[in-house]
Amino acid sequence: MSTGLSGVPLAITPLNRKEFVSDQEVRWCPGCGDYAVLAAFQSLMPQLGVKRENTVVVSGIGCSSRFPYYLDTYGLHSIHGRAPAIATGVALTRPDLAVWVVTGDGDALSIGGNHLIHALRRNVNITIMLFNNRIYGLTKGQFSPTSETGKVTKSSPVGSVDHPFNPLTLALGAEASFVARALDSDRKQLTEVLTAAINHRGASIVEIYQNCPIFNDGAFEGLKTPESSAIIPLVHGEPITFAGGELGVVRKPDGSLGVSAVSDVEPGALVVHDAHAHDATLAFQLSQLTDTQGLSLSPVGILRDVARPVFDDEARNQVHMPADRVASLQRLVAGPDTWTVL
Amino acid sequence: MRQSAVTDVQSLDRVVIRFAGDSGDGMQLTGDRFTSDTASLGNDFATLPNFPAEIRAPQGTVAGVSSFQLHFADSDIKTPGDAPDVLVAMNPAALKANLADLKRGGVIIADAHEFTKRNLAKVGYASDPLTDGSLTDYQLHALDLTGLTVASVEQFHLGRKEASRAKNMFSLGLLTWLYTRPVEHTLEFLDHKFGTKPEIRDSNKAAFLAGHAFGETTETFAVRFEVAAAPAQPGTYRQITGNKALALGLIAGSVTSGLPLFLGAYPITPASDVLHELSKAKDQGVTTFQAEDEIAAVGAALGASYAGHLGVTSTSGPGMALKSETISLAVMLEQPLVICDIQRAGPATGMPTKTEQADLLQAMFGRHGEAPLPVIAAQSPADCFDAAIEAVRIALTYRTPVILLTDGYLANGAEPWLLPDIASLPAIDPHFATQPNGPEGTYLPYLRDERGARPWAIPGTPGLEHRIGGIEKADKTGNVSYAPDNHEFMVAARQAKIDGIVADVPDLVVDDPTGDADVLVLGWGSTWGPISAAARRVRDAGRRVATTHLRHLNPLPANTGEVLRRYRRVIVPEMNLGQMAMILRARYLVDVQSYSRVRGLPISPAELAPHLIDVIDAEEAR
Repeated sequence: MSTGLSGVPLAITPLNRKEFVSDQEVRWCPGCGDYAVLAAFQSLMPQLGVKRENTVVVSGIGCSSRFPYYLDTYGLHSIHGRAPAIATGVALTRPDLAVWVVTGDGDALSIGGNHLIHALRRNVNITIMLFNNRIYGLTKGQFSPTSETGKVTKSSPVGSVDHPFNPLTLALGAEASFVARALDSDRKQLTEVLTAAINHRGASIVEIYQNCPIFNDGAFEGLKTPESSAIIPLVHGEPITFAGGELGVVRKPDGSLGVSAVSDVEPGALVVHDAHAHDATLAFQLSQLTDTQGLSLSPVGILRDVARPVFDDEARNQVHMPADRVASLQRLVAGPDTWTVL
Repeated sequence: MRQSAVTDVQSLDRVVIRFAGDSGDGMQLTGDRFTSDTASLGNDFATLPNFPAEIRAPQGTVAGVSSFQLHFADSDIKTPGDAPDVLVAMNPAALKANLADLKRGGVIIADAHEFTKRNLAKVGYASDPLTDGSLTDYQLHALDLTGLTVASVEQFHLGRKEASRAKNMFSLGLLTWLYTRPVEHTLEFLDHKFGTKPEIRDSNKAAFLAGHAFGETTETFAVRFEVAAAPAQPGTYRQITGNKALALGLIAGSVTSGLPLFLGAYPITPASDVLHELSKAKDQGVTTFQAEDEIAAVGAALGASYAGHLGVTSTSGPGMALKSETISLAVMLEQPLVICDIQRAGPATGMPTKTEQADLLQAMFGRHGEAPLPVIAAQSPADCFDAAIEAVRIALTYRTPVILLTDGYLANGAEPWLLPDIASLPAIDPHFATQPNGPEGTYLPYLRDERGARPWAIPGTPGLEHRIGGIEKADKTGNVSYAPDNHEFMVAARQAKIDGIVADVPDLVVDDPTGDADVLVLGWGSTWGPISAAARRVRDAGRRVATTHLRHLNPLPANTGEVLRRYRRVIVPEMNLGQMAMILRARYLVDVQSYSRVRGLPISPAELAPHLIDVIDAEEAR
């Protein structure tokens, strides 16, 4: 089976992390979660084994979208919300490139919502890293489409009345074939998830909870440690337990998912995670366990990873470059109906 | 060919026929078919399809009338003609909507069957114009086309509605006879078109032949006509519409540059045929992407260009508005991109199926910041091919987005096209960067060449990894820079690059047969045909007039100012409120006069010529 990197040429000699660091000074605020993601990404890159020059990182607008400037790969810092559309053009024309999209909650879910859902629906072979800090950082602190209701910001001085998006639910609604969540503070898990995401053929989306220390500090405070009781770690094929194994996810009589003390239920009653189920119901239900308001509960890991037809592969299969382009075009130019003047 | 024993054949030098009916009556097909015959007989021709935006507007209403005008002649012609000589009216609405345009004494062939009380009332006729004597100035042939058609397809046992549908073919048969055309081509065409539907094929053929036989056997028409072949340059020709020629030109640009073609598009009238034509060309190495919206369409095209393909997007006015942010990014990235704007009447939704040239200022200036880019325009349907290649050449050579303007008139209009020899088209070198160009083996993505163009290194090129983006670039390195002097330098450098293209733009050529005209008519885009036709009339009327036509709208040819100043009067006809006139006045301080028409139709030579004569005579009298 082809993976997300099939077709991308392999590096002849092993690469190291430093080769992926550009000469540009990184200019995020001190303490920004973006630093952790950048470090994890630069360490991950050499491990993928593909040529550095065949990696392209496309971003939109926002703090996170400065990401490409700090990577010594090919990079394109584009327009607010449009990175998935631009990346679609790159992926569609060049199967030999590993194409990453870097975006944020405002970029991907507000101004670029349309492009995000269509890239996921088509299943273009791109990997989307959605940095979610639940705030507009670059424009200095307005509520974002993932901010909790009642958020007090400069543009919502008496509290926002917007209902927040759950990015995973949205992605699953668009029938995304790879949907995952990770934390900026858990490098190991972030690296694992990103590795799985780039190796998935088709559109992958990874929501990364990322702290903005300036405008929304502490938004993920309850999720900081892997042992946090708010985190529901998802492992394919394993019963879903969390809070040090004390709590587990069970199916309620009405079919919905709920949380129960493991000691209160039969061992077989815990829901076993199946990331590869073609039916997205379980993944959707798991995404809905997220408390989008206070983050008192949040599943983390790979919710869904299934194979379905990949847009760019299918589209390229329809295109054939003739051996003799000139002769071929000459025939097309003539068309079926000509006349000759002597 | 069938020959009539009883009817005289009269030779004409030119004929304008307009087929008009309900949008479901098949008028476009009929017109198209008649055009093909015209082409194969060697007449020169030009066509003007005119249809409502609604797919099936309310039946029998003026709003629902669809028409197709064909002008054919034994000499070269420039426009689809002004007043039709012949009007085929399939119902009262078609008569009502088109009668005012018909020449006095012209021929009307009307389907009397449709002139019922109800249909007459629907369009406000108090009495039946076919019988009340109001059409005595015309040669009226009121025929029961529906009844005749139904009778002609009796043997196929179709329902009445089905049977009457072939009446467009009956009328085509009648006109085929009237203009002394062979029937074989249409019969072959019907075989081909309806090959999988034998019943429809056979009934259409029967109706067509019945129409032809009707002309021959009845004595309704005393004279039939023929139009001799037009003298033309030797070679192989085909009939081509602007959108088809544009699609072929884009492929030609990709072939001559050696790049695969990528079109990102979102369906929009009248540009959708460009998407359709290129979607049919996947076996030419063409990738088409029907995006979720106009923004994604241009975004994907820019992404494809970044990846080393020839990135193209096609649209019309409302789509241009949506694409403008991405076009600005392409200006900043200095990345090749071809944007085709098939203009239609605006603003807002405007009149999607009607033509206009009112996106000129949007194309020139419709971006944020100082965002100059080249703008070029096609002048005739076949010229869309050459204009597309020119757009590709400039985009690749100068690493810049280029806007190519055509319009609904060119898009759907057809003319004969002398087939180009693809092998002899000049090559375009995309000149990808493959080697470091900076100190110590570094790559400087904004180090300019002698034309001011930056190097283009595509992903996958080892050692040239670099980052580009929408934030202001530092000179040479392309790094993010907010330095005041650098911004001013870069704004000037981008402008200088576009201005410098003028070195590569041919001078304006003036057509002034007597060499001493006082009045110059300057056009751009699709006004070329109407201006040439009007100038011919003006000259036939014994006046002197000079004409010139712009292909490159930005930068303008180097001699533009000198040409404008050479004449006492300059008239600029445009299908807008004087946008090019405004540019010329601002740039050259010449008092050019605007002749503007915004009726959703091409400028009429019959209207323009007398206006020019008045101007010329007034100058003469000064």
